[in-house]
Amino acid sequence: MDYSQFLHMREELSLIAVLVILFIADLFVSPDNRKNGKSPILNTMLPVVLMTIHTVVNFFPSEAADVFGGMYHYVPMHTVIKSVLNIATLIVFFMAHEWMKREDTAFKQGEFYVLTLSTLFGMYLMISAGHFLMFFIGLETASIPMAALVAFDKYRHNSSEAGAKYILTALFSSALLLFGLSLIYGTCGTLYFDDMPQHINGSTLQIMAFVFFFAGMGFKLSLVPFHLWTADVYEGAPSTVTAYLSVVSKGSAAFVLLTVLIKVFAPMVQNWQEVLYWITIASITVANLFAVRQQNLKRLMAFSSISQAGYIMLGVIGGTAQGMSSLVYYVLVYAAANLGVFAVITIIALRSGKTTLEDYAGLYKTNPKLSFLMTLSLFSLAGIPPFAGFFSKFFIFMAAFQSGFHLLVFIALVNTVISLYYYLLIVKAMYITPSENPIPTFRSDNYTRIGLAICTIGIIGLGIASIVYQSIDKLAFGL
Amino acid sequence: MNILSLFVLIPLLMLGGLWAARGIKAIRSVMVAGSTALLALSVVLTYLYLSERGAGNTADMLFRADLVWYAPLHIAYSVGVDGISVAMLLLSAIIVFTGTFASWRLQPLTKEYFLWFTLLSMGVFGFFISIDMFTMFMFYEIALIPMYLLIGVWGSGRKEYSAMKLTLMLMGGSAFLLIGILGIYFGSGATTMNILEIAGLHNIPFAQQCIWFPLTFLGFGVLGALFPFHTWSPDGHASAPTAVSMLHAGVLMKLGGYGCFRIAIFLMPEAANELSWIFLILTGISVVYGAFSACVQTDLKYINAYSSVSHCGLVLFAILMLNQTAATGAVLQMLSHGLMTALFFALIGMIYGRTHTRDVRELQGLMKIMPFLSVCYVIAGLANLGLPGLSGFVAEMTIFVGSFQNFDVFHRTLTIIACTSIVITAVYILRLVGKILYGTCTNKHHLELTDATWDERVAVIGLIVCVAGLGMAPFWISSMISDSVAPIVTHLIP
Repeated sequence: MDYSQFLHMREELSLIAVLVILFIADLFVSPDNRKNGKSPILNTMLPVVLMTIHTVVNFFPSEAADVFGGMYHYVPMHTVIKSVLNIATLIVFFMAHEWMKREDTAFKQGEFYVLTLSTLFGMYLMISAGHFLMFFIGLETASIPMAALVAFDKYRHNSSEAGAKYILTALFSSALLLFGLSLIYGTCGTLYFDDMPQHINGSTLQIMAFVFFFAGMGFKLSLVPFHLWTADVYEGAPSTVTAYLSVVSKGSAAFVLLTVLIKVFAPMVQNWQEVLYWITIASITVANLFAVRQQNLKRLMAFSSISQAGYIMLGVIGGTAQGMSSLVYYVLVYAAANLGVFAVITIIALRSGKTTLEDYAGLYKTNPKLSFLMTLSLFSLAGIPPFAGFFSKFFIFMAAFQSGFHLLVFIALVNTVISLYYYLLIVKAMYITPSENPIPTFRSDNYTRIGLAICTIGIIGLGIASIVYQSIDKLAFGL
Repeated sequence: MNILSLFVLIPLLMLGGLWAARGIKAIRSVMVAGSTALLALSVVLTYLYLSERGAGNTADMLFRADLVWYAPLHIAYSVGVDGISVAMLLLSAIIVFTGTFASWRLQPLTKEYFLWFTLLSMGVFGFFISIDMFTMFMFYEIALIPMYLLIGVWGSGRKEYSAMKLTLMLMGGSAFLLIGILGIYFGSGATTMNILEIAGLHNIPFAQQCIWFPLTFLGFGVLGALFPFHTWSPDGHASAPTAVSMLHAGVLMKLGGYGCFRIAIFLMPEAANELSWIFLILTGISVVYGAFSACVQTDLKYINAYSSVSHCGLVLFAILMLNQTAATGAVLQMLSHGLMTALFFALIGMIYGRTHTRDVRELQGLMKIMPFLSVCYVIAGLANLGLPGLSGFVAEMTIFVGSFQNFDVFHRTLTIIACTSIVITAVYILRLVGKILYGTCTNKHHLELTDATWDERVAVIGLIVCVAGLGMAPFWISSMISDSVAPIVTHLIP
């Protein structure tokens, strides 16, 4: 066996190194420090430093390669999407600091980092898989630790309930997906991505297999009608985990769906475009209409993230190279904006325990900076210039329009107006609605501030600095 | 450094200055310095433009600058101006300048107010200098969204409802617009977003034009208060603070007319010829219906808002007549309406600030109490009803002369119907003036009120000088506009 093959997997290897170091470091925390959350090694500093190093080292793409007989497949685009996930995870770590200091979580902070990085590792494998088994292993590695993360606040009833809901739906969707894969294997006789297209001919059995596969992915992406778990899990999970779930988990799944559709199901392009067409319309419209009625901010953001997944599907539907570059760019911009919103929600929930729209009334009077950053993030999510969200929305619409989906783009555009309505409801609460007892003024900790600063730089800079999109565009590929 | 980019750069610097400013004095000095610089810049630009044209430069757009932004998508930051945009920039600079003085004493959250105000003006300036569809659309949206907070936080009355209605309706319009822009881009072969180049290619298939033209026109038309999408305008204007009403009615609604002309008609001339009748009927309704609605209102701001619907309807009406005289009249009307409606809203704001009511039934005999403001109000009213010597006359005259140049029965009937709006305008303006300014004041509290302060006088006199100036000496500006309208109109002749 040629061990130099492993060098092509440097991203995975480096992530494993980070994971193992954190795991070992956790063993050396003294019991006293563990109890009062003052562990000198783990207190956010070590994970953040390691994660930063990992991100920087793996920032630049290398040559495309097939490893282990095609089980693992690397193209430069993978580095881009993995970097996006790395940066998002880093911001999540920054946000987690305040939560990790709390008494009921302080003693298990090592577990949080290890579990998070395990899911990230699973997503890496999923992204670079060249074989459906590898893909499935990645998928499971990504979802099982996630259930533990969702149930991390185990003394909170909501959190455990959300964990149970998540694991059940995740397993159910995996089962569906696996069933789809077995049908595909039956018709193709192989599970290698490279060999499959020549056996794909759009027979009824294969369409059925595709539907099962897509349903499984739909659960991960929380597309309508597979979205029913989303609102409950997002509400119950700790805010930091919700942020991770809504950005990193979703972003990787969207990219993987696109690559599988391009690589494996290319001959069935007509079929999957039709499925995606209706799913996209349903996701965007239904989620937006539900979001309008939400009072709890985390539930509102859950529906918002479902509709955002629908917008991301606009980049998938064409299967073009421009679709891919606009998808990756969209995920990046969405990560900055959504994490910005969740950072504010998290810090406010931790300091005051308040999460509903009414509680946010008058926030601008007491916490002007947080409200301002929240406003920027919400505007970016709604696609208002000069923030990056405008650019990413424009490009993804452009990609779908180019592929001829004019009506779909139009429906999506009309939906941006609905989404603007509920984002403005939050803005209205913060700036306009008067309040008897607003959330008191507080200073957020430095880690959250750094996280918010990165998000803000992203929100403002990603659109204006065209180099980001252009470098993504150079590496994109399509049907 | 291109002179046009300064129009975006100065507001950006102002934003930075405001961000750093501490205390009311610093904020005011940043605003005064910035808006004066913008006004000076637009005057210099007008001078440079005229001398360049005088020297025989006949390019479509002057002071061009192109900076490739998103190369794979053919998006560039391209700027350039012709006579129409120069006139609009001048208008915007005047309104921003006077608007700054009109909100001199605004409380609370002064800093935030001016931040959003400056962002709004940056969008407006950026829109008028852009000749790339993407950049133009971007600035268009930058100009829209600050309205929500400006009305929602600092407004009065049903401000939350009005702010939300205005924002959602305008954003709905921009959804139409965006699909229209994408249609134009891909219809013309997806090689450029530059308006001049697309017009030069002139290759959008007719069948596609017939889809994208109505969408684009509707998108911009919402902002131009096109019937039946004008309903945001009265509510929005009535709830907005003074300077925001000024900027909104004075400049922002002009974005609609300008965009219709520059994008919808310029790029899709065949469809414009084919489909203009639909929109002519709608704008005809706007003109007459707006004027009649103004007659029955009792709130000063609502009267003026409906009057704006009527006058902005006239802008779109004239554009759709598709000839040079009428289009020149349309741009003149944008200028004239921008100036006089800003004057009106400024005066209404000042009167409201003193009497705390805008209800016509509660106001009486103001002429004796605040003579300066009342005289100015009469002047604004006369300009509105088209008295010769003031700006309204020049614009409306040109529009109706131009409209009547179309020989067919349809256009001429519509022109005659639209002409009736002049009479109706006279009815509501004269009634209003008679009711609130003359007679004897019965309200004791009103007797103790004072006349305008110095900052208010700066705003009002500045606007009156412009209104009268445009009315007395219209030819230099109308010939500048007319020359620039010509290349767009020649496109329309098959």
